Amino acid sequence: MIRVQNLTKYYGKRLAVDNISFNVGKGEIVGLLGPNAAGKTTTMRILTGFLMPTRGDAFIADHNMATDSLEGRRHIGYMPESIPLYTDMKVRDYLEFFGRIRGLDAKQTRARIDEVVQICHLEEYIDVIVGKLSRGFRQRVGIAQAIIHNPDVLILDEPTIGIDPIQVAQTRNLIKELGKEHTVLISTHILPEVSIICERVIIIHRGKIVAEDNIENLSAVLRGARRIRVEVKGPADKIAIALRRVPGVRRVMREGDFFVVESPAEIDPRAIINETMVKSGWTLLSAESVEMSLEEIFLQLTTKDDEEPEQ
Amino acid sequence: MRNIMLIASKELRSYLTSPMAYIVVCIFLLLSGLFFVLYLTNTSFNDTSLKGFIDPLSVFGVQTGGNVLILLFAVVLTMRTLAEEKKLGTWELLLTSPVRDSDVVLGKFLGSMGILITMLVLTLFYPLLLVIFGDPDMGPIWTSYLGLFLLGSTALSVGIFASSLTSNQIVAAVVSGAILFGLWVIGIIASSAPQALQQVLSYISLSYHSAGFEVGIIDTRDIVYYLSITALFLYFSTRSIEASRWG
Repeated sequence: MIRVQNLTKYYGKRLAVDNISFNVGKGEIVGLLGPNAAGKTTTMRILTGFLMPTRGDAFIADHNMATDSLEGRRHIGYMPESIPLYTDMKVRDYLEFFGRIRGLDAKQTRARIDEVVQICHLEEYIDVIVGKLSRGFRQRVGIAQAIIHNPDVLILDEPTIGIDPIQVAQTRNLIKELGKEHTVLISTHILPEVSIICERVIIIHRGKIVAEDNIENLSAVLRGARRIRVEVKGPADKIAIALRRVPGVRRVMREGDFFVVESPAEIDPRAIINETMVKSGWTLLSAESVEMSLEEIFLQLTTKDDEEPEQ
Repeated sequence: MRNIMLIASKELRSYLTSPMAYIVVCIFLLLSGLFFVLYLTNTSFNDTSLKGFIDPLSVFGVQTGGNVLILLFAVVLTMRTLAEEKKLGTWELLLTSPVRDSDVVLGKFLGSMGILITMLVLTLFYPLLLVIFGDPDMGPIWTSYLGLFLLGSTALSVGIFASSLTSNQIVAAVVSGAILFGLWVIGIIASSAPQALQQVLSYISLSYHSAGFEVGIIDTRDIVYYLSITALFLYFSTRSIEASRWG
């Protein structure tokens, strides 16, 4: 549903997004994880058609957001980080406006308002002026606005920022629920959040994707697993089997021409790998540990979630 | 078209829920009423035709006072149109909804036009008084209204353009005020400009084209002028939104 290819964005001379590519399939919940100013918001703004990329392409449901943005925009629901609201409107009128402007007719809009108000638990606030709501409720109105037209793709920029821990938990559950029917891309700078909500994480730092993987793999790294990227000249299948037999190795994964070997952090299998390869007559071109750099990246990238309510 | 009307009606509603539009319309009616009374009491009532009664909506005793009033109010009415959306951030939602940039501009334009028309319709009370108590020549009155309407919509489009440039309403007001003032006085400066320039300068000025309407002349050149300036600034506004996407 979401396809990003070699996307680059400069603000004047400042590079905000640096040649990133990723895909989000239908029905996936994917998290964009990174510190502030990593390029998350810029990426989302390009995906929603709010900004034009300097280079590269962003596709929503196969519509290029630079050239065919109007069609693409029909498929997205978007909640910007600041949760923009018309503060002088009632919740109902606000939702009605955005329902209508995104293509629903008056009757559909009324029906959808009833539904989304229920989904977002806003029943009692439907006739309250938006400007009088607290941050937590504004944020619910923001989500309601994003799903009012039942879009295929939901793009939520830092959906849990600035609200209290109980609301954070509620919002996370809500997003998980929404993920059953929609393709969801959320951004966050809180590491545990992605492991709670998302199936897959894209870690972005200084405009570049530094890691992209599913939660289990990334958790393995976080638990202290060691990964070694091995480049060997020889028959790939046999090499994979041989690598798996090395003592301590838990998993072997293919990554292009490379093999990624996973082992517990306390074991360094490189020496044995080298021996094995040489014995079999294959040439070991490189074997480098990727575990440390990822650790470092995580430390650099993420802040601890100190308002974690589930724990 | 549907989207334009949706945005226009939302715009009109937000005018009506904020005190700004009421204040602006009240002050406009107060001043125009004041000028109306002053004019009537200053003129010997012999002249029951009261040609071009809108002339006396005069601020500085200048003939074209009603026009200046309209310009001022257009500035105040439009300064928030796009600037406020930018400030609230709702801009981002609007621009990521499946609506054309030109729909946004035209919606805003029509919404503010709604207030302008309301304002003008409310002043019909004065000619109504004249019709009841006298026998005015209605021709120049209607053409004056047409002139005010055309000038007003031109000013609204300039205001929306200024509002598209910034998220600060005051800046928007100053910019549109400056553009309108410039287009207005250029006609006055024209008389002291070199011969060759005179005609060009007066032709591009707002004031030059308003004179005919006040004395009951409908000149298509004037109408074309106002409509093209309006279209031009609406186009500029659309381009300005488009440019903002290239951030």
